Amino acid sequence: MADHTNRMTRIVDHLRANWQIYVLLAPTIIWFLVFLYRPMYGLQIAFKDYSVFRGIEGSPWIGFEHFHTLFGSDQFIRALKNTVIISMLTLVFGFPMPIILALMFNEVLNQTYKKTVQTVVYLPHFISTVIISGIVITAFSPSSGVVNTVLDWLGFDKIYFLTKPEWFRPIFIGSGIWQEAGFSSIVFLAAIAGVNPSLYESAVVDGASRWQMMWKITIPSIMPTIIIMLIIRIGNLLEVGFELIILLYQPATYQTADVVNTYIYRQGLQVGQYDLAAAAGLFNAVVAFVLVMTANTISKRYSRTSLW
Amino acid sequence: MANMNLYSRGDKGFVIANMILVGLFALSTLYPFIYIASLSLSSGFAAQAGTVVLTPVDMTFAAYGKVLSEPQFWISYRNTFIYTIGGTVMSLIIIIPGAYALSRPQLYGRRFWNLMVAFTMWFNAGLIPFFLNMRDLHLLDSYFGIIIAFTCNAFNIILLRNFFESIPASFEEAARMDGANDFQVLRKVYIPLSKPAIATVTLFCIVARWNGFFWAMVLLQDEQKIPLQVYLRHVITELSDDEQFAATLIDAPYSVDTVTAAIVVCSIIPVLLIYPFVQKYFNKGILLGGVKE
Repeated sequence: MADHTNRMTRIVDHLRANWQIYVLLAPTIIWFLVFLYRPMYGLQIAFKDYSVFRGIEGSPWIGFEHFHTLFGSDQFIRALKNTVIISMLTLVFGFPMPIILALMFNEVLNQTYKKTVQTVVYLPHFISTVIISGIVITAFSPSSGVVNTVLDWLGFDKIYFLTKPEWFRPIFIGSGIWQEAGFSSIVFLAAIAGVNPSLYESAVVDGASRWQMMWKITIPSIMPTIIIMLIIRIGNLLEVGFELIILLYQPATYQTADVVNTYIYRQGLQVGQYDLAAAAGLFNAVVAFVLVMTANTISKRYSRTSLW
Repeated sequence: MANMNLYSRGDKGFVIANMILVGLFALSTLYPFIYIASLSLSSGFAAQAGTVVLTPVDMTFAAYGKVLSEPQFWISYRNTFIYTIGGTVMSLIIIIPGAYALSRPQLYGRRFWNLMVAFTMWFNAGLIPFFLNMRDLHLLDSYFGIIIAFTCNAFNIILLRNFFESIPASFEEAARMDGANDFQVLRKVYIPLSKPAIATVTLFCIVARWNGFFWAMVLLQDEQKIPLQVYLRHVITELSDDEQFAATLIDAPYSVDTVTAAIVVCSIIPVLLIYPFVQKYFNKGILLGGVKE
C-alpha cells in the first residue's frame, strides 16, 4: 500500500515537473490515432460483409470469404503478378543507375560542372506524378509526339505506345529511372565522400589509374551502403508507384500494367466494393510488413546498425 | 578526392569520357522539360503535325492565353496555394512540438510513443480504410480535410527528433538555470539551433503539398476545391475526349497538346523557384540522418 502511494506521488511529481512535454506530444499522438490507427481498426471490413448503411461495426462477419474470392479472381492474381514483375524490373534496371551515376559524379573534377549537372539530375524528383504523366503522354502521343516523330525520321512505323501492353513496362520503368536515378545517387555520393582519402593516396603512389581505384577502392568501400539500400528496396518490393500507373494505364494495357494498388483503387473507390478491396489492401500490407521486417533484421545482422 | 594530383596522365582520357557521359545524362534529363516548354510555345498546327522536337515552331503564346483565360485554372491554382501554405503551417505546428517531446529522455513511455510513430512506416491500413475513415469523419470535399489529413508522417518526425537528440544538453542548461520551462526551451534553444532540419522538413512539406494529387482526386468532387494537379489531370485525360473543347480547336492557334504543355509549364515554375532553396540542404547529411540509425 505504501509502495502504491509512493508510486502515485512519483507520477504526480513527474507530471507537475514535465506536464508541458505531454501537451507538446498530444497533437502528434492524437493525429496518429485519428488518421492512421483508426483506419487500422476499420480494416476489419476485410473480414465482413460491409455495407455503408450498417457501418463498420454493424456489418456481419464472414471470415476469410473475401480472401477466397481474391485468390480465385484472375484479375487479382494478374495484379499480384504484375506487381512483382514491375518491382523486379525496376530493381534490376533502376537500382544500379544511381550507383553508376554517383561513381561518375565522383570522377568529375570541375566542381562547377559537377554542381550544375547534379542540379539538373536531381530536379525530376521534385516534379509531380501528374506532370510526369503529362510529359509521357504528350511525348509518346501517336500523331504528334516527339518519339513517333523521331521513329518516323528513322523510317520506322509509328507506334501507339500507350495502348500497347508490351510497351507499358518499359515506359513506366524508364520514366521512373528518369525521375529518381539522379536523386537516389545522393546516398551513394555521401558514402563515397566517407571513404578514407589515404587509400587513394597510397594507390597513386603505387601507380594505380582512376579506373583501377574505382574498382579496387571506391566500390568495395561503399559496398555496405549498396547492400543496405538493396535490402531496403527488397523490403519495399510491393511498393510500386501506382499513382503514375493510374495516370498512364488504360483497359488496353491492364494485362501488363494493373498492379495490386490500382486494382484496389478500381474495385474499392471506383466500383465501391470496399470490403473486397480492403481485403486486398490488408494482404498487401501484411506481405509488405513481413518483407520490411525481414529486411531490417538482415541489415541489422549485416551492418550491426538497424535501419531505424 | 577530386584532387588533381590523384590523377595520372593516362587518366585524362577517362576523365574526359566520363565528363561527356555525365553531361549526356544531364541533357537527357533536361530534354523532356525543353520539349514541353517548346511545345507550349508552338502553334497548335505545328504540334499536331509533330514537327516540334527541340525548339518552338511558329512561336506563339496562344496556349498560355487559353490557359490563363480559364477561370478553373485560377481557381485550382489558388487552391494549391491554400493547401500548400495551410498544410505546411499545420505540419510544422504539430510536428515540431511532437518531435521535441519524443526526443526528451524524461518522457514517460518514450519507447512506446516512438514505436507508435515508427510503426506507421512499416504498416498502414491502406487506401480503402483511410478513405472510409475520412468519410466517417465528414472530411470529404473539404479544404480542412485535405489540410489536416496529410499533416504528419513518421519520416519527417523522426528526422526532426534525431536532429533534436543530436543537440548537446549543455545548450539548454543555461536556459534551465534561468528557470525556462519546456515551451521556452523548445522556442528559444531547440528551434533556433535546428533551422537546417526545420528548413528541410518545411521544404519536404511544401513539395509534397504542391505535388499532391492522388488523395485530392479521391477526396474532392467539388471543382471549386480541386488543386492544380487534379485540374491538370482533367485536362490531360479528358480534354482530348471533350467535344465542346474540340469544337473550339478548329482554327484555333493552340491544340490539346500545346494547352497541356502550357499548364505543365505553369505548374512547374513555382517548383523551379523554390528548387535552389531545396537544393541548399541536400548534401548536408540531414537527409540521411533521418531514417538511418
